[in-house]
Amino acid sequence: MAAWELAKLLLQLDKRTLPHLWEIAGAFGTPSRRGGPPLAATLVEAALFTLRGAFFGFAIGALIGFVLGTIFAHVRILEQSLVPYVVASQTVPILAIAPMVVVWLRGSWWSVPLIAAYLTFFPVTINTLRGMKSPDPRAVELMRSYAASSWEVLWKLRFPASLPAIFAALKVAATSSVVGAIIAELPAGMQRGLGGAILNFNQYYITGPERLWAAILAAAIVGILFFVGVSLVERVVLRNIVRSA
Amino acid sequence: MAVVSITNVNKVFGSGNRPQTVALKDINLEIQPREFISLIGPSGCGKSTLLRTIGDLIPPSSGEVLVNGKPAHAARLNREYGMVFQSPVLFEWRTVLGNVELPLEIMRVPKPERTQRAREMLRLVELHGFERHYPWQLSGGMQQRVAIARALSFRPQLLLMDEPFGALDEITRERMNAELLRIWQETQTTVVFVTHSIPEAVFLSTRVVVMSARPGRITDIIEIDLGYPRTVETREMPRFFELVTQVREALRKGEDMRER
Repeated sequence: MAAWELAKLLLQLDKRTLPHLWEIAGAFGTPSRRGGPPLAATLVEAALFTLRGAFFGFAIGALIGFVLGTIFAHVRILEQSLVPYVVASQTVPILAIAPMVVVWLRGSWWSVPLIAAYLTFFPVTINTLRGMKSPDPRAVELMRSYAASSWEVLWKLRFPASLPAIFAALKVAATSSVVGAIIAELPAGMQRGLGGAILNFNQYYITGPERLWAAILAAAIVGILFFVGVSLVERVVLRNIVRSA
Repeated sequence: MAVVSITNVNKVFGSGNRPQTVALKDINLEIQPREFISLIGPSGCGKSTLLRTIGDLIPPSSGEVLVNGKPAHAARLNREYGMVFQSPVLFEWRTVLGNVELPLEIMRVPKPERTQRAREMLRLVELHGFERHYPWQLSGGMQQRVAIARALSFRPQLLLMDEPFGALDEITRERMNAELLRIWQETQTTVVFVTHSIPEAVFLSTRVVVMSARPGRITDIIEIDLGYPRTVETREMPRFFELVTQVREALRKGEDMRER
């Protein structure tokens, strides 16, 4: 925060480039429309709307990622032929895909989680694949010596062994799902979420830059809260595993 | 009937245009019930490969492996042997008890019986009181005891051990050797034990199978006539040293044969 104000002072940045922190803080208490509720209330409402989209997107993406990663870990030919496409999917700008999804779903709310899922399935796929392949080959031999079925090897060995890697991916996915949901709200024309708020305040940036900054702050807080939530679940699930490294 | 019967087994690794390695050449070996057999030899002599063909974890290129009179594959599906590796390979997310219960779980043993048997096995390896601990809370020697308890939990008649004490320090290793003999006597199992420690092989075994590398083959089989029980004093008997020397010379002879 000191760096913020120092940069502002040293570089002689005006309000439009970088408003004072107290101006941003103040913006939360001021209504964005005359006679409306304070900005903070509007943003909390918008944040909850966006969080809902992000959460469903996260859940769908995590599920797809887990299933894909598990399949790739078991079927080598699918891994070799399809993983490049999974990687390619992430090089396509989401901004280009979002409007198509909105059109396909005829502007349904589900386009938001779907676009968020597009960003979240990738890290989960890659880390599930890596995690599923992480067990010691001797642990696999051990399971074979018990004549365990592949299903048992999956649930009793590969899945628990891959949990640390999967959680690492889920934490990345949690934050990117928020970004995905915000971006998805734009072409979908959803006014109620943070995406709508950011777009709206963008247009009034010249007269009230602190409101856009406040919306950005709200988006960051949503992402952080989601991240912290996943981290807490991770702490509970992996409480008994101590990494030797 | 022999517990393990190996006839004309060969194993060649690598195919196509990759260089081929003869890991096992013309292996013949019969192991009788209640025997303690050590496979000893330099690295790359195929002793671990031989152990894995008995366990049907690696198929032989030719020849036949019978376990309890059945093909090794059928014996594996029938869960007729327990396996212990050099590293304990414990599942870090399971408690000590949970690790020992793992094979019983896969074999669909009901929960109460499973827990009871696992506790019994932990008593056998002198780890009672550690049921609720996690693997990382135990020392290397204790972890290996858990692995032994796990291998014995479903009462297999055959125990396959791949350098189980190779990563332990000398003092722990000697103590584990004595422990293993006690367990072997109590459980009445047959053991096939891979090692590259000569004193360990002599101390434990009824017979020591000497192997040599490239191609991996059996060069000698030495009867260990020390009698049981074996104790700390056994290691200081003149006959113990004679047998250690005999195994050492057999190993050297195997290497000389290769050079000629």
